[in-house]
Amino acid sequence: MSENENLPAQDGPDHSLVPSPTQSDQEIAPGLPAHVWRPTDVDPKAEKRAERQVAGLFVFSMICAVLFVVVYFSFEIGREIDTFLGFGASNLFLGLTLGGSLLGIGVGIIQWARKLMTDVEIAELRHPAASSEDDRATTLKALSDGLEESGIGRRPLIRNTLLGALAFSGIPLIVALRDLGPRNMSHERLESTFWMSGMYVVRDVLGTRINKADLQIGDLVNAEPEGLVPNSEGHLPAPIGPDGQELRPALPHEELLIQKTKSAIILLRMSPNDIVRNPDRENWDVDGIVCYSKICTHVGCPIALNEQQTHHLLCPCHQSTFDLADSGKVIFGPAGHSLPQMHLAEDDEGFLYAMNDFDEPVGPSYWERG
Amino acid sequence: MLLLGLVMAGAAYAAFAPAQAQQESSIDNEALVAEGRELFLVGCSTCHGLNGQGQLDVNGNQLGPSLQGVGGAAVDFQVGTGRMPMVQPGQQNPPKNVAYDDDEIAALAAFVQSLGPGPDVPREEDYSTDYLDDLSADERDAAINRGQQIFLTNCTACHNFNARGGAMPRGGYAPTIRGVSNKHIYEAMLTGPGQMDVFSDGNIPPEGKREVLAFLETLQEQPQQGGFSLGGLGPVGEGLYVWLIGIGGLVGFSVWIAAHTTRSKKGKAEA
Repeated sequence: MSENENLPAQDGPDHSLVPSPTQSDQEIAPGLPAHVWRPTDVDPKAEKRAERQVAGLFVFSMICAVLFVVVYFSFEIGREIDTFLGFGASNLFLGLTLGGSLLGIGVGIIQWARKLMTDVEIAELRHPAASSEDDRATTLKALSDGLEESGIGRRPLIRNTLLGALAFSGIPLIVALRDLGPRNMSHERLESTFWMSGMYVVRDVLGTRINKADLQIGDLVNAEPEGLVPNSEGHLPAPIGPDGQELRPALPHEELLIQKTKSAIILLRMSPNDIVRNPDRENWDVDGIVCYSKICTHVGCPIALNEQQTHHLLCPCHQSTFDLADSGKVIFGPAGHSLPQMHLAEDDEGFLYAMNDFDEPVGPSYWERG
Repeated sequence: MLLLGLVMAGAAYAAFAPAQAQQESSIDNEALVAEGRELFLVGCSTCHGLNGQGQLDVNGNQLGPSLQGVGGAAVDFQVGTGRMPMVQPGQQNPPKNVAYDDDEIAALAAFVQSLGPGPDVPREEDYSTDYLDDLSADERDAAINRGQQIFLTNCTACHNFNARGGAMPRGGYAPTIRGVSNKHIYEAMLTGPGQMDVFSDGNIPPEGKREVLAFLETLQEQPQQGGFSLGGLGPVGEGLYVWLIGIGGLVGFSVWIAAHTTRSKKGKAEA
């Protein structure tokens, strides 16, 4: 113990800044503890046993792989499927055998590493992360030599055109981003649906027209415009108006699906006294039958989760709730617009048709709509 | 002679009149209604009123709704599934043990049906799907497919795509349809119990309803192709299993991998 022990480190014996270990340091850090062997290291029997275990797991994996092939060919799928404890047998055993095959390899390797592979503590000295001074100097010199030899400093024309070329090469990428955005998205497409004046309402799936006499109070009908739902013979009828006029031509299949998603509506019959009469929608219902877009104005989920007694329509996606007795107003949740209502009318026989397309865009908000 | 003739004519009329059967059944029905009224006065009138007109409590709140015009189908559903008599009013009225036997339920239904026009208890040929057995395989498939389409369009919003039910606002829920009898499902569609919408015969025609029932039967007979159904409630329920059991199992496995191996006290024999 010298009297300088509280001072900063001084030069050690061979001019490094690291002080030589003192007696007290060695007492504090006595080094690694003595190695303790595993049973498999000291007992040949245990070693043999572990070896057999690992090999057994690998064999298990092989058996599972073979069984997978057997299962693949032996179980019936399709209409008359084989079952096992109520599960589809093919899927169940394909999964179990493939899983067992992979698990056997994994567990085997881990067992091998833990029981049999070398098990000695290794001390690894910590080295500085930076390269040596010589290496760094050499690299920097090579770089500056390269710059010098390329003459980029002396030839500004080449340098500037190169920079320009690099900048311009980004332009195709930026232009290609346009493909991620909506294409052909005219206002007309956003703001209008298949519905038009005089178009009959038909039941979704069944494709039959709806008479107001069909519906009782409390009835909820999921419906579509005529011309989008195949009839019982599987044909798409062209939509015919109440005066017998043909309204629209038939649609190609892809366009049909788009129109169907936009035009989905729900009809709900309630007591006419329950309806809150807003001045601009005085007679939009037919004897208490109201009609709304089925597409949530939040992010466009189809909604039909209605509470009969409260006339509250709930969207299952984010719990937006609309009051169908009061012009589809939002009474809860993140939706920003009322559910678009359709002006409903009846023909001489009481069949329901649309007076007009929706007077506002259906579905979620977008930039121009606000 | 005249008297004899009159008696004979009367007897012959009585014996051969086509109205006889109807008359008998209407007498039967009257007896049934009377029996139902007795049961109703004891078991239901406290909340629904002596004439099923509904009852207000002292604060003017509706104790029980009017049953005039709800029809026998509503009674058969509500009482037949044990929902009525109700234990206490609340957001949800769960099914429980049935309090009345079949004859008593029929009597109650007949009484309520007599109060006003409404959907009556459906006959077995309305809700039976046995007619499918008479169809060819293709026609049967087509009917079940159509039933699925109707189900997906009208029912899944609340009752879930595999008919296991789901949550509704303010603590309510749409119950599972699995294991419910065809008759009760049919009646629920007809009457719209609780917050459920009505799917009257004008809304979905009877054959459409039967196709839905046929689809539901097929759905329940189907084996679980993907292993455990995990509640069948969709991604939220399944995610719970993945995070708790799947990821939990992996964490346990990694802990086992990193754990210390057994050590021996013996030293290694130097060769």
